[in-house]
Amino acid sequence: MTTTTRETLDARTCAQRLWEAVVVGDEHAARDVVLTASGEGLDTESVLLDVIGAVQRRVGAEWAANRLTVAQEHAATAINERVIATLAGTATFPEPHRGRITVACVDGEWHALPARLLSEVLRLRGFRVDYLGAQVPAPHLITHLHSTGPDAVALSGSIATRLPTAHATITACQAAGVPVLAGGGAFGPDGRYARLLGADFWAPDARSAADRLTEAPLPRPRGTHQPIDDLPHLGDQEYTMVSRTSGQLVKAAYSALEARFPELASYSESQRHHTAQDLAHIVDFLAASLYIDDDALFLGFLAWTTDILGARGVPARFLPPALDVLAAELRDFPRAKRVLARAHELSTRTLGVEGPDHDHGPAA
Amino acid sequence: MVKTSRVVRQSDVQQDVGWRSAPYPVVSVDAAGAVRVVNEAALVLFPGAAVGGSMAGTCPGWLVEAHERHTGGTRDRVSGLIGERSFEAHPVGGDDGTVTWWLVEDTDTRLAREALRLERERTAVLGEVSSRLLTSLNPERCMQVAAELAAGHLADAAWVIAPGGRRDFPVARCVRGGDVVHERLAVDPDDVAGLAEALQGFPPVPSRWIEPSSAPGWLVPEEFGEIGSIVVTPLPGHGVPAGALILLRRTEQRAFSEDEEVFARLFAARAGAAMSAARMFAQQVSITETLMRDLLPPKLHQVDGIEFAGRYRPALDTERVGGDFYDVHPAAVTTGAGAVESLAVLGDVCGKGLEAAVLTGKVRTTLQALLPMASDHRRMLELLNNALLDSHDTRFVTVVLASVARVGSEVRLRLTSGGHLPPLVVRTTGEVQEVPAHGTLIGVLPEIEATTAEVVLAPGETCLLYTDGITEAMGGPLGGEMFGEERLHAVLASCAGMPADAVAEHVHMVASQWIGGGSHDDIAVLAITAPRGRHLTAVGGHGRGA
Repeated sequence: MTTTTRETLDARTCAQRLWEAVVVGDEHAARDVVLTASGEGLDTESVLLDVIGAVQRRVGAEWAANRLTVAQEHAATAINERVIATLAGTATFPEPHRGRITVACVDGEWHALPARLLSEVLRLRGFRVDYLGAQVPAPHLITHLHSTGPDAVALSGSIATRLPTAHATITACQAAGVPVLAGGGAFGPDGRYARLLGADFWAPDARSAADRLTEAPLPRPRGTHQPIDDLPHLGDQEYTMVSRTSGQLVKAAYSALEARFPELASYSESQRHHTAQDLAHIVDFLAASLYIDDDALFLGFLAWTTDILGARGVPARFLPPALDVLAAELRDFPRAKRVLARAHELSTRTLGVEGPDHDHGPAA
Repeated sequence: MVKTSRVVRQSDVQQDVGWRSAPYPVVSVDAAGAVRVVNEAALVLFPGAAVGGSMAGTCPGWLVEAHERHTGGTRDRVSGLIGERSFEAHPVGGDDGTVTWWLVEDTDTRLAREALRLERERTAVLGEVSSRLLTSLNPERCMQVAAELAAGHLADAAWVIAPGGRRDFPVARCVRGGDVVHERLAVDPDDVAGLAEALQGFPPVPSRWIEPSSAPGWLVPEEFGEIGSIVVTPLPGHGVPAGALILLRRTEQRAFSEDEEVFARLFAARAGAAMSAARMFAQQVSITETLMRDLLPPKLHQVDGIEFAGRYRPALDTERVGGDFYDVHPAAVTTGAGAVESLAVLGDVCGKGLEAAVLTGKVRTTLQALLPMASDHRRMLELLNNALLDSHDTRFVTVVLASVARVGSEVRLRLTSGGHLPPLVVRTTGEVQEVPAHGTLIGVLPEIEATTAEVVLAPGETCLLYTDGITEAMGGPLGGEMFGEERLHAVLASCAGMPADAVAEHVHMVASQWIGGGSHDDIAVLAITAPRGRHLTAVGGHGRGA
C-alpha cells in the first residue's frame, strides 16, 4: 500500500496549507488548497478526512488548548463547511446503490462538521444520505426515520454532558426499528459509553464508520430492549436529582464558595461569570458521570478544566473548595459523594495545594 | 390416605355391588396377569375382558406392561391412550399380589394442556409480531416486517402486496430464512384467484385457497421446490384496504389446519392494522410537509457576494415552525443609481407555535407581494399594517426591513423597523453599534411611524437582525437571569470579521447555551456580511480575543 503512504504524506502537507488559510479566515485560499489537492490526484475521501478532517481536529485541539476562542472556532468551522460544499459540488458521486443512512448529531450538539464529513464520505461510497445536521430535536429525527425508513442512523456526539440525550435518541431510533451507529468524542475514547447506552455499533472515526456500513447492513433491533436495562444504577435517582436541581446546586455552591473563597470578591464581573459557568459545567459533568456511572468521565473533565483554567490565566485553586461545597450539598447521594471525594483528592494533588480546610464537616 | 387404603382392603371387591357400577373403570388383575374383576365402566373400554381371562390382548399394551412392572415392584401410576381417549391408571395393591387398577380419564386435561401450550406459543408469536410491526410507521418497512414474520411463523414463503398504482404494486416477499425483498412489481392481480378482491378490501372476503398449479410464475420463488398449498388472505386496514398476504407452503409441509388459518387471520389483522396506520402516517407527513414548506425558514445564499446566514429555533421542540421568521428576496428592486437591492426581512408575530406560524406565512406572502415597492420601506409597512388590520387576526407583528446593495467593496443597507429590536452592526474593529431604526408595531394602530436608517458595511463587517428570543432568553449558569442586550453586544464583538454563517451560529449557540435545558421563546437571527477581500486577515490565530 505504498500509494496510501504517499497520499497520507500529501494529505498532511495539504492539511498544513489548509490550516494556514482557515486560521486567518481566508476562504478563497482554503478553497484553492482543497481543489488543488483533489485536482492533483488526492481522492475525495482522503481530502475530506485527511485534509479537512485533520484541520478540523486541529481547530478543536487549539480551542481546547485555549489558542482559539469559541468565536474563532466557529469562523474556522464555517470556512471548512463551505470548503466541503465546494468540494461536494465538484466531486462526482456514484449513483446511490447501497442503503439509506440518516446522519444526525445528538440534540444540543454544536459540532456538526464530523457528521457532515461522514455524510459526504457515505455518499462517495454509494449510500443515499439524509444529513440532518446539528440541533435536531429527537421528535423530528424520529418522524424523519418513519417517513424515510433508513437502514441505519449515524449519530455523532462530541460533548459528554449530552450523553443522557444521546441515550434517549439511541433508544428512540431503535424503538422505531432503526439500528444506531454512534461516533464522536462523547462516547469515550474506546466507545465504551456507546456500548453502555446500547448503540448497535461504535466507530472511532468516519472512515471506519463508512467501512462498517459498507461491509454489511447493521442488524435491525428486535424491540425487546428496555432502556433501564442498560443502566440499572439509575434506580438510585441520583442522576435525576442532580440534573433536576442543577440550577439550585450551582447557585448554592456559588454562594457557599463566596464565603469560603475570599478571592472571589476581588474577581471582575466577567471572571465571576466564568466561575459560575465553570461551576455549572462541573455540575453538568457530574450529572453525566452519574448517568453512566463512570467516575473517570468526571475526573477526566476536571483534569481538562484545570489545564484550561491555567491556560486562561484563571487560578484553579477555587476547584477543591468548590468540589467540597458540592459534596456537602450532595451529602445524601453516595455515588456523587464518592466521585466528588476522588475529584477533590485529584485536584489538590495536581494543584499541589492542600484544600484550605480539608477535614471540615458538611458546610451550611 | 391411610384410612382410604384400609377401606379398600377391608371391602371385598367381589361382593360389592356398588363398586361394580362405580363411575370409574376398574380392573383387578392377579400376579399371573389373569383378570379377577372387571366392572361395567371398564367393560366399555375393554369389551373383550372377562373374569378369568388374560389381561394381555384385552387391555391396552401400556397397562399390561405397567402391571408387569408393578408385579416386579415398580408401583407408579401410569397413563396412556385407549382409542382417542387418554387415561391415568392408579394401582392399588392387594395382599395376594392382585392389583386393582383404577382408571381416571384425563382426555380433556391433556387436550387443554396441549391447547394451552399452542395458545401460549401463538400469543408469544403474536406479541412479537405486534411489537415488531408497531416499531415502524414507514409503509415499506412495515410490509417488509410483515413478510418476514409471515415467512418465519406461518409459511415457507410469504408475499405482502399493497394496493398500488394503476400498473404496479409495492410488494415485499420473503422465503423462510432468507432476506426480504421490497420492490414495485407490475403484476395482474387477476392472475391469482382472490387477489384482486383481497386488494380491494371491500366487500370483505374470506381467505382463499388456490390450486398451486394455477399460480403464475412470478408468485413462485426461485428454486422453491414444489408448492403444496397457497392461501390468499386480505389484510384488513382501518377502513382502507391495506393489501393482501399470500402464503406458500411446500409439498413436504402439511397443508394449513383450521387452527392455523385462524392464526393466519389474527396475524393478517395485526399486519393490516399496522400497514394502514403506516400509510395514514405517511399521508399525513406528506400533507404536513407540503403545507409546512412555505412556513419553514428559507435556505439562504450569497447574493452578489453579500453573505446572508440565518438560524432558527422554535419555542417548541415538537414543532418546526413558530412566530419568528426571516426571508431574503434577492435583487428585489433596482435603485435610481442603478444598484441592485435585495430585501432582507426579519420579524416576530406575537404568540408561538403553529397558529403564530400561520400568520408569519401571511406576513411573508404579503411582503413578497409588496416587493416592487421595496424602495419605499415606509409604504411597505403601511400596506402591511392595513392588510393586518383588515384581517380577522388580532395578533400584531414586529418586523425589520433591510434593503441591501453592494457598492464596490462596500455594502449599503437601508434599515427600517416596525416596532422591532434595533439591528446591530459589528465593525472589523470589534466595535458594536446599534442602528437607529425605530418605528411602531404593525397591525395595531391605523397609522404607523417608521424611520429608516442607513448603514455602510466595510468588507468583513456584519449587520445582525435578531428577535427577542435572544435578548430575553432566561437562564445563565446561576439560572433565572436574562441574556440581555449587553451580553449580545459582547458576543457580537467577539465575532468581528467573521463570515455571516459563523456569526449567526455563534450568536445562536451562546444564547442556546444560556438557556440550557430551560424553556424559551422562538429564536431567529439573520446575519448580513459584506464580502471580505481575498487576503483580508480577519480571524487572527492569536489567542482568546476580547
